[in-house]
Amino acid sequence: MHELPITVRVNGSPREAVVEPRLLLVHLLRDVFGLTGTHIGCDTTSCGACTVLVDGRPVKSCTMFAVQADDLDVMTIEGVADGERLHPLQQGFYEEHGLQCGFCTPGMILAAMPLLEEPAAVDDHAVRRAISGNLCRCTGYDNIVRAIQWGLRAASQADGPRTPPAEPQAL
Amino acid sequence: MTAPAGIIGQRLKRVEDRRLVMGGGAYVDDIHVAGELHLAVLRSPFAHARINSIAAERARQMPGVVNVFTAADLGARNGPIPSPVWAPPALGLVERVAPFLQPELMHVLARDRVRHAGEAIAAVVATDRYVAEDALAEIEVDYEPLTVVSDIDAALEPGAPLVNEDWPDNVAARFVVEKGDVDAAFRAADRVVTARLTIPRSTLTPIENRGVVAEPDRRSGGLTVWSSTQQPHYLHRALEELLGIPGDAIRVVAPDVGGGFGVKSMVYPEELLVPVLALALGRAVRWTDTRRENFVSAVHSRDQRHDIELALRADGTLLGLRDRFVVDAGCSNIEGLVCPYNTAAHLPGPYRIPALRIESLTVLTNKVPNAAHRGAGRPEAVFALEGALDVAAEALGLDGVELRRRNIVGPADLPYDVGIPYRDGKPLVLDGDSLGCLEDAVEAIGWSGFRARQDELRLAGRYLGLGFASYIEGSGIGPYESAHVRVHPSGRVVVTVAAPSQGQGHETTLAQICAASLGARVQDVRVIQGDTAALPFGTGTFDSRTAIVVGNAVAVASAQLKEKVLAAAADALEVSPLDLDVVDGRIEVAGSPGAGLTLGQLATRIGPGTGRLGAAGPGLEVHSGYELPSIPFSTGAHACIVEVDTETGEVRIEHYVVVHDSGRLINPLIVEGQLMGGLVQGLGGALLEELVYDEDGQLRSGTFMDYGLPRSTDIPRVTLLHRESATASNPLQVKGVGESGVIPVAAAVVGAVNDALRPLGARLATYPVTVDRVLTLLADAAARPVAERVAV
Repeated sequence: MHELPITVRVNGSPREAVVEPRLLLVHLLRDVFGLTGTHIGCDTTSCGACTVLVDGRPVKSCTMFAVQADDLDVMTIEGVADGERLHPLQQGFYEEHGLQCGFCTPGMILAAMPLLEEPAAVDDHAVRRAISGNLCRCTGYDNIVRAIQWGLRAASQADGPRTPPAEPQAL
Repeated sequence: MTAPAGIIGQRLKRVEDRRLVMGGGAYVDDIHVAGELHLAVLRSPFAHARINSIAAERARQMPGVVNVFTAADLGARNGPIPSPVWAPPALGLVERVAPFLQPELMHVLARDRVRHAGEAIAAVVATDRYVAEDALAEIEVDYEPLTVVSDIDAALEPGAPLVNEDWPDNVAARFVVEKGDVDAAFRAADRVVTARLTIPRSTLTPIENRGVVAEPDRRSGGLTVWSSTQQPHYLHRALEELLGIPGDAIRVVAPDVGGGFGVKSMVYPEELLVPVLALALGRAVRWTDTRRENFVSAVHSRDQRHDIELALRADGTLLGLRDRFVVDAGCSNIEGLVCPYNTAAHLPGPYRIPALRIESLTVLTNKVPNAAHRGAGRPEAVFALEGALDVAAEALGLDGVELRRRNIVGPADLPYDVGIPYRDGKPLVLDGDSLGCLEDAVEAIGWSGFRARQDELRLAGRYLGLGFASYIEGSGIGPYESAHVRVHPSGRVVVTVAAPSQGQGHETTLAQICAASLGARVQDVRVIQGDTAALPFGTGTFDSRTAIVVGNAVAVASAQLKEKVLAAAADALEVSPLDLDVVDGRIEVAGSPGAGLTLGQLATRIGPGTGRLGAAGPGLEVHSGYELPSIPFSTGAHACIVEVDTETGEVRIEHYVVVHDSGRLINPLIVEGQLMGGLVQGLGGALLEELVYDEDGQLRSGTFMDYGLPRSTDIPRVTLLHRESATASNPLQVKGVGESGVIPVAAAVVGAVNDALRPLGARLATYPVTVDRVLTLLADAAARPVAERVAV
C-alpha cells in the first residue's frame, strides 16, 4: 500500500514516520513510536482508553488516522508528568485511589486535561461530563471524580496568586 | 498464631499506582519481543455449522503472510486436552450430592464443526497485524449451517439437535441437593408462593481485552508466554499437557492485567494457539483480541432460569424452599459445577430455612461458553431467593423488611450450619452477623420514614420503591497457596506469590501483611506475582481468595522468616533471641537502643561469601504455605430507593446503601474500592447490560455501542458501611470482598422497582430494568383486568 511521510509533534518533540494512510493514530503512537501508555479497549470509539490530546483537545486516537495528525501536536500520558514529578491530575489518582487496574487511567487523565483551563469553575457534574466518554470497569467512577477534583484543586492552588503551591506528597 | 497488627487496617495508598498513572504499566500488548510475528484469528460467522473445507492458499500467498494454520495443520497440538480450569467435583460433594457431570475437553481450533458464532477456525501469522487481518478475508470456508440450539427450552426439547455430538442429549450437568423433609414443609405451610425468575446473560468486559505473547527459548527448549490472565499457573499446566514439554522449560507470566472479573479466569484456545505457533515457527508470536472478538469469544456469564417456591407460615416464618434452575452453559460447560453449585450453595443465603430441595440442570446451547464472572453463581442465587421473598411478603401482607428480620441469621444463631455441603464438600457454616448488616441497611436507607413518603408521592403520581437484598459469600476456595519471602542485602524484602493482580492492589495489601508479620517497613516490601518462574506452583486470582489464602500464606511465611531473622541476629549479636525484636526493618536489642542492625545488614552478614550456613538454611528466606481449614463466609445487606418514571420508563436510583462484613479489613481504601467497583458492575447488570442472542445464535449486543456499560454520569448517591465481625476461620481474620459488591445488586434494584410499581399491578421477573422493559411491563399490566392486577 502507498505510504506517506508524516511529522507529528509528540509530547513537544517532532517525530517522523512513513505510514500507510490506513494506520490509526493509536497504532502510530504505540507500535511505531513505542508510547504504550495509550491503551486500546474497543473498536467503536466507546471506551476512551486511547484518549490523547491533539492540539490540546481530547481525541480518541483509535478513531483518527495517523496521517490526520501530520503537523499537529499530540500529547500522550508519557508527556503529562514533569520528569519524575507527577502532574497534579496524576497525583490525584494516587491520592484518591482513582485507579485499580490502571488500564483506563491514562485516557481518563487526558480527558480531564481541558478542565485545567478553568479549574475553579469545575463542579462534580462537569468532571463527570468530561470523562463520560471514558469507560472504567474497576472503580465505579466516584474515586476518579474525586481524583480529578484533587488534581484541579492542587493545580489551581499552584497557579493561584494567594495560596502557596501544594507540594504533592512523594509516592 | 495471632493476627499481626500495626500496619494492617491502615488506609495505605497504593504502591502500584505511580507507574500506572505515568503510562508505565506493562500490559501484554505493551510487551514486545525481537522478531515477533502477528497473529489474527478467523472466527465462525455461524453459531452451528459443519465445516466442509477450508481453502487458505490465497491467504498464504499474500505478501507479509508467513503461514495460515487450521486444526489439521496443528495435528496433536490442536488437543484435545483436559481443561485445567475444569475441576471435577470435590470428594465430599460427590458423597453427599452425587452430581452428574459430562467431562469437557479443550481443542485449540474448531475441527469439523463450529458450535458458536465467534469460534476460532484458523489463524494467520504475518509480519504485521494489518496484513494478518487482510489475509483473514482471503480464507474461504465452506460451511454447512446446522440447526441452532438457541436457548434452554430448545436444548431440552426431545430430539433437539446436539451441541456436543458425543453426548446423548444437551445436558452437561445435573444435581439435586436436599436438606430436611421439604415436601412435609410444603404440606404444613400456611402459604406457598412461586416465582419464575430469569437472570440474563451478561459479561463483565475488562477494559483491556485478552492478549498473548509467546517467545521460544532455545536454551530451555521451551518458551516464555505472557498472557492477560488471572491464572498463569493453569495456563502453564495446560501448555505442559498440550506441548509435551516439561513444565520447568515453560514460563508463563501475567504482567499488568487490565481487569479480569472472571473473564480472564480461564484457559483460552488462543492462549494455547499463540505458543503452539511460536514453537512451530521458531519465532515470537503475538496476538491481542479486538473488542468485537472479545464479545464473541471470551466467556459470558449468569444466564439462569429459576422456578422457585417458598413454604411459609402466616407470620412469615420460612418452612421450606424448592427450586429448579437451568443454566445456559453455551456450547461448552467449561467450568463444570462452579457456577451451578455456587448458586445452589448460596441459594438459602443468610436465612434459616429448615427444608430445602434444589435441583440444577446445566444445558448446552450454541452460544459463547458461560463461566464464572465476579459473583460466580451467587448473584443468580440472591436474585432468585430475594425475588421470591418479595413475592412472599406481598402475599402475606408483610413488609419485606419484617419478613427478612423474621428469618435472617443473627448473633444468637451463630455459628449457623446451613445444612448442605459447600462446593469443597465441607459443611457450609456461617459466622457473620447478617441480621446486624440488615439493620444497618434499614437504618441508613431511612426505612422507618419511607412508607409515609412513598404513599404521599404516589398521590402526586410519583412512584418510589424500596428494595433490600442480603447475601452471603463463600470466599477463598483453597486448598492452599504458598509464599516465598526473602530479605535482600539492600534491605528490600521480596515477597513472591503465585496469584496475580488485575487491579486489586496485591502489591500493597500483601506488602502490608508481610511488613506487619516480619517487622519490616512497608515501603521496603516488594511483591512479585503471577510468574511461574518466580513461584512455579499455585492456582490464581478468583473466588475472592487472595487476601484469605495468599494473604495468610504471606503472614505465615513472614512470621517464620521473623523467627529465622531473630535466630540469625542472636547469633550475630551474641545475645538471646528473646531479647530481640524486629521493628521498622531493624533488629532491636531490648534495653540497648542503637545496638541492633537492619534487616539488610543482617542479610549481608549471613550471605554467601561473608556468612556461615546455619542450621536454618541459607540466607534470610522462607517458603511456606497456608491451607484454609474451611471456607469463610462474608455477609452483608444492600438497600436502595428508586423512582420509576411511568411515562418514560426511566429508573433513577435515589440512594444506594451497602453494608458489608468481610471480617478484618487489611486496607479499607482498597476494600471500599472493591465494593464500589462491584456495586457499579452490579448496577450495570441491573439497569443496562444484556447479551442478547437471536434465534440464529447471533449476538446482537456485541459492541460497547449496543452493550451499555455504566458511565461516570450514571452513578447514584452511595453510602458504604462496614462491619468487622471477628472470625476464627483464619489467622488474619479476613473474609473475601472482591466479589461481594456485585452479588445482591440486581435483587435490590429489581426489588425496589417492583415495590414502586406494586400499585400498578406490575412485577418484573428479570432484568436489566431498561426503559423498554418497564414500558412493556406497564402496558401489559394496564391491559389486564384490575382484579388480576392486584392478585399475587
